[in-house]
Amino acid sequence: MMENIQATLNERASVTPNRTIKMKTEKVTVHYGQKQALNGIDLEVYERQVTALIGPSGCGKSTYLRCLNRMNDTIDAAKVAGTILLDGENIYDPDLDVVELRARVGMVFQKPNPFPKSIWENVAYGPKIHGLAKTKDELEEIVHTSLKKAGLYNEVKDRLDEPGTGLSGGQQQRLCIARAIAVSPEVILMDEPCSALDPIATATVEELIDELKQNYTIVIVTHSMQQAARVSQQTAMFHLGDLAEVGDTEMMFSNPSDKRTQDYIMGRFG
Amino acid sequence: MSTFTIIAIVLLIGAIGATLGFRRGSALRAEGGRKPHSRPVYHASYVFTWGVIPALLVLSVWLIASPILNELNVRGDFPEGAVAEANLTDDLAYGIVESIGSGLRALPESERETVTAETPIAEAVPLFRQYGVPVASASADWMIPLAIERNAFQDISRWAMTLVVIALAAIGTFHGYRGIRTRLRARNKVESVVNSMLVIASSIAILTTVGIVISLVSESADFFARVDPWTFFFGTVWEPRFAAAGSGGAEGQFGLIPLLAGTLYIGFVAMLVAVPIGLFAAIYMAEYASNRVRSVAKPLLEVLAGIPTIVYGFFALVTVGPFFRDLSAQISGLLTGDYSAFIQAQSVLTAGFVMGIMLIPFVSSLSDDIITSVPGSLRDGSLGLGATRSETIKKVVLPAALPGIVSALLLTASRAIGETMIVVLAAGVAANLTINPFEAMTTITVKIVQQLTGDLEFTSPQTLVAFALGITLFVITLCLNVYALYIVRKYKEQYE
Repeated sequence: MMENIQATLNERASVTPNRTIKMKTEKVTVHYGQKQALNGIDLEVYERQVTALIGPSGCGKSTYLRCLNRMNDTIDAAKVAGTILLDGENIYDPDLDVVELRARVGMVFQKPNPFPKSIWENVAYGPKIHGLAKTKDELEEIVHTSLKKAGLYNEVKDRLDEPGTGLSGGQQQRLCIARAIAVSPEVILMDEPCSALDPIATATVEELIDELKQNYTIVIVTHSMQQAARVSQQTAMFHLGDLAEVGDTEMMFSNPSDKRTQDYIMGRFG
Repeated sequence: MSTFTIIAIVLLIGAIGATLGFRRGSALRAEGGRKPHSRPVYHASYVFTWGVIPALLVLSVWLIASPILNELNVRGDFPEGAVAEANLTDDLAYGIVESIGSGLRALPESERETVTAETPIAEAVPLFRQYGVPVASASADWMIPLAIERNAFQDISRWAMTLVVIALAAIGTFHGYRGIRTRLRARNKVESVVNSMLVIASSIAILTTVGIVISLVSESADFFARVDPWTFFFGTVWEPRFAAAGSGGAEGQFGLIPLLAGTLYIGFVAMLVAVPIGLFAAIYMAEYASNRVRSVAKPLLEVLAGIPTIVYGFFALVTVGPFFRDLSAQISGLLTGDYSAFIQAQSVLTAGFVMGIMLIPFVSSLSDDIITSVPGSLRDGSLGLGATRSETIKKVVLPAALPGIVSALLLTASRAIGETMIVVLAAGVAANLTINPFEAMTTITVKIVQQLTGDLEFTSPQTLVAFALGITLFVITLCLNVYALYIVRKYKEQYE
């Protein structure tokens, strides 16, 4: 296992990371009813980088991810406290519109969830709602660009009016990524985007993530340490609601300082 | 011995057999050697099945066959010409014999012995009166011996049945018990018995439907032999003319159109009330209401569904109808100065409105289930793109739920079409053909009730028309239901 990850890291010529802070959280706690799911998370997410959140099941990484675009608002019992800043602005500020926030911080879910509409409609959904296109041609343009960016265009260009639910799992997930890109977000959150996909589809999505980071800030939750090693520049290790360790991906996997991270990476639990 | 006692004894024998079977099965297991094929509980059920099922089958066949044989026997003994002489039919004569027979059973033992085959009816009648047994005036002397004969046959049959059934239970149990051995596939055998019971249960439902349809079809055929189908289906006047029945030629007019129009019109008004209110309620319950509100409000809404329709009916009659009438009087008074009501107390509007209220819980409850079953991941996907809740509902949830909602509405519509009591009380029984919703109309179901509760022979077209109406209604609701099922099936494929 270690050798594998090491090999992946060596393969990647690590570029000097750009260190502009895009999102920053301070003392973020989440309660589900009585149960505390996150115990004060401080984390910085850098612009145009991939930040991977890893950790055993139930450690709070998905809960944390869902705080970043306030998707936890949709769960009645969830109570979020602390500060979450996007470009220095508190996203839980009562003056801030959650709809606008979610347009800036998009999300791709664990299970591909295309709407039961045509491929074209799926991608056009967000731009239509936010009125991003003034004319039909502009909308057409957005749809095509988004599909191209998601690496799906060539596969579906002849059947844009067929239902999105008819695509294969991997294609569906890329359709969901295209749908998220179409509203031109600044940050894309991905919640285990490959967990329902086969290895080949996973590889395609990972390549896509690598390309997307040139334009977008990406935060990805993953169960696969190889995946974290392959796609991310920064890795945060969660454990039982705590942030166990955070640092450069390369550092984390070659020289973890926290015992829990060591154990997890060595496959002793999780 | 009463039938219930016999059944109880059979079950008791079966239970004893089951206990023994269970012990034997456990013993087989304890013996070691080859492991028994089935667990003791299956051995027990195996013995029980052998003991109970054949015995109960014979019992039910006997209970059906014995009275038939008895009747055939007694009828064969009717004296030549006596029935015709008394101006009776065979059926009526046998009915009287039967009631004398059961009258005899009602007498105390000491009195019963005084009535013999030779007792003339004139002597027996005061005796029967004394014990409150009614006797038909057409009864004759020759009936008493037949009644005694019938009772004797009945007694013998019952004794024989008791013996045979209990013996069969015992033999069956013994046979089952003897059959228990290591390799006995008791489990599979018991399961095949269960299997056939399930098949029987479902075929009863299907056969009933088939039977109802056949009787509807044959009676309707009888009606259409007397009345031209063309005038029935396309006639615009409904006037069966009860008074003229049997007087030949003047059999009235059976035009379906006013009734069909009334049915559809009232149903339409009802849907106009029920669909928006029910659908909005469902959307609120499924998408907006917090768990606490939902847990209180949803059962309350469904209480509406538990109110008997007749209660809605008199609510319409005493409250809603007069309210609409008075309201219309006020409105016309304000507008024209003439305080005469333009809405009749019994009207399409009243019936449709009240029926609509009745249908709200159907629409809301069915639609609520359908909306809730739209996967949450679709909502997340839409919200995650920055759509508001109402955009999500309008553009993602409702389109995804639409086929299901349409089929729910079709099911509701078929209920509206079949509704009777509200219409009788709220829209009246006058078969008008009008497009004014403020006037009275009536529906197919109401006319069926009216035709069948009349005091007419069962072979007159006035009565038979009920079957033709019934089959028309059946075909309409069947089509709606089949179409609804078809849509539901298509909808299921989409998500699973």
